[in-house]
Amino acid sequence: MWILAALSLVIAADRPVRVAIPAGRFAPLFGLDTGQRDFAVSAFAIDARLVSNAEFAAFLRARPDLGKGRISSALADECYLSHWEGATLPPGSSAAPVVSVSWFAAQAYCEWRGARLPSTLEWEYVAAASETDRDASRDPAFVARILGWYSRPTGKDLPGESHRNVYGVYDLHQRVWEWTLDFNGAFNTADNRQDGDKIAGMFCGGGAIGSARREDYAAFMRYALRGSLSARSTLASLGFRCAASTTETR
Amino acid sequence: MKTSLSLMTTLAMMLACAPAFAAAELPLEKATLTEPPNVPPPITRTSAAKVLVELEVIEKVGQLADGVDYVFWTYGGTVPGRFIRVREGDTVEFWLMNHQNNKLPHNIDLHAVTGPGGGAASTFTAPGHKTRFTFKALNPGLYIYHCATAPVGMHIANGMYGLIYVQPTTPLPKVDREYYVVQGDFYTEGDFGAKGGQAFSMKRAIDENPSYVVFNGSAGSLTGDRALKGKVGETVRLFIGNGGPNLVSSFHVIGEIFDKVFTEGGSRPQENVQTTIVPAGGSAIVEYKLDTDGTYILVDHSIFRTFNKGSLGMMKVEGGQNKDVYSGKELDESYLGDESVASAVLPNRPAAAVAKAPTAKPDAAAGKSLYMANCSMCHQQNGEGIPGAFPPLAASDFLNNIANKNRLDLVATVLKGRTGKITVNGKEYNGVMTPVSGLGDADLATLLTYVSNQWGNKAPAFSKDEIKKLRDAVMTAAPAAPSPPH
Repeated sequence: MWILAALSLVIAADRPVRVAIPAGRFAPLFGLDTGQRDFAVSAFAIDARLVSNAEFAAFLRARPDLGKGRISSALADECYLSHWEGATLPPGSSAAPVVSVSWFAAQAYCEWRGARLPSTLEWEYVAAASETDRDASRDPAFVARILGWYSRPTGKDLPGESHRNVYGVYDLHQRVWEWTLDFNGAFNTADNRQDGDKIAGMFCGGGAIGSARREDYAAFMRYALRGSLSARSTLASLGFRCAASTTETR
Repeated sequence: MKTSLSLMTTLAMMLACAPAFAAAELPLEKATLTEPPNVPPPITRTSAAKVLVELEVIEKVGQLADGVDYVFWTYGGTVPGRFIRVREGDTVEFWLMNHQNNKLPHNIDLHAVTGPGGGAASTFTAPGHKTRFTFKALNPGLYIYHCATAPVGMHIANGMYGLIYVQPTTPLPKVDREYYVVQGDFYTEGDFGAKGGQAFSMKRAIDENPSYVVFNGSAGSLTGDRALKGKVGETVRLFIGNGGPNLVSSFHVIGEIFDKVFTEGGSRPQENVQTTIVPAGGSAIVEYKLDTDGTYILVDHSIFRTFNKGSLGMMKVEGGQNKDVYSGKELDESYLGDESVASAVLPNRPAAAVAKAPTAKPDAAAGKSLYMANCSMCHQQNGEGIPGAFPPLAASDFLNNIANKNRLDLVATVLKGRTGKITVNGKEYNGVMTPVSGLGDADLATLLTYVSNQWGNKAPAFSKDEIKKLRDAVMTAAPAAPSPPH
């Protein structure tokens, strides 16, 4: 028993804690039916911080089949972990968010930790919070700040600045894009061939149809980015964090 | 079972590897893409080809005006994007590459494409990826292409547009020069001319209230050394586009009449046109012959955009004046119109002026009236100018300097206009002042005396005789740069 307690202490010090997010109601940019105002969001818990290179490296020691150069091409594209030098981390990058990981690898990591990726609804719900407000999605200053980050090219270096929102979750914006469990859910059903109309709706003026907030350009960009991905895609600016339904956490 | 499986596999592989179009027998060529304002050479082929087009999306910092930085999203690194030229009936294999350092997914909707989204859905590309689709260029004409990723307005507002010309199977007659010019409106947090890095303003964009309206991606992209060039006797074809995202352009070239306009980029020309409408997401092809020399100014004749927001380009034409077509100024002499009006503006009739306005200094009143009529629309009512656009005359080190030390330069500036960089009170200006015409020696003396002794300026008064001498010196010097505006 004392071993377990000691172990959990080590984990708590070494690994970001998971933050409890209370249940609530939220209107995401897409997904509402006609006449529907919002969705109920159940209580859940989400990592306070993005998964780091070091944490992901530890996972790969347990799952060498997902290692760089080993992973099946069905599960990740050729740019998987392209910022790593071979199987090792570039110096000084241990604490930086891991990027260039596919959805398959990200979800496998979360499962390894007894969790899962957050749903898009959960992610948007918690990411609507600013430093002071739980729902800042209509706060022009907050939206403009996020939009400013989206407007700049990624470049080579990830910014080191850290933002903590009112829940205590860090860097949901202005750091990297993040995978969600149902990243392509806004556009795609199981059979992609039947989605022609939905996909076309995202382009040109059609993108505004069915959106909850036409002025929320930052959210449009997130949905557009998610829609451009497939589960084996990797991007130099795309990382992830894990979440769990509250009933699943101990 | 095994046989049938492998047969199916082979079939599937054959299907997967088959070209999207049955175009294998067409000759393959790679399209030459050009940066603005240059256009690829006419296609001389007389039959269809399969044309490979590769366009890379690059998000980068560029200059929206002198000293004004903006993050542009571009096709090929320029705004507008690279010019694409194909031939009617060609099969186009189109590749869109999204550079890995880009933050956003992008795509392309080519208005020359027949098919859903104009290629948008087929080219939706994440950063660090590339996509491909193939289309047949069914309709000839000049077409805009643009990004159509949500939020589409912002992608266009950041510069994601260009032109594709589908050359008709019977090509337009050969001309001496072809250029392309694309207008666009930009929405920055700061006002026109505010220096430094400027962020996109969603509010301005939604309000359709641009801070900049420019040709080819920046104020000054077609001025000075970068002006379009031509020679007397040559024929010119301009491929005009309007990326928008919001404004419709009233495209006009000052001092030219378009011999032909292929309205909206279509097939049938209108003839003898002064100003042509170019819709947002639309185009026009204009043609004209260069009959006499001078600088011809390209404008959006919705004219405040040109005066205050940057939509000004130039075509410099050399090769001599054709007096038959345009004489230049032949005469300039006093005109005494209605006595009551003349008394207010003629300084050599002080008695009348004093009688009618005994408390006002006659020269100042006349000078003010001349100033308001000739100068105030740019330099503003009290000589304060407009930051970034029109230099101030009030307490102006530049004006005081030339009014005291180089009076010939001051007179030349008014009579011939001025272009190029100047520094006024520590701030740089790089605009165009058009010549002020129609002022006699006496009026000009009054005007310059007024301006150089108002708002904290100080210089000796100008006399009619001094102006006459300086005017003669100016007029016998090198020929004028810009032609007078209409």
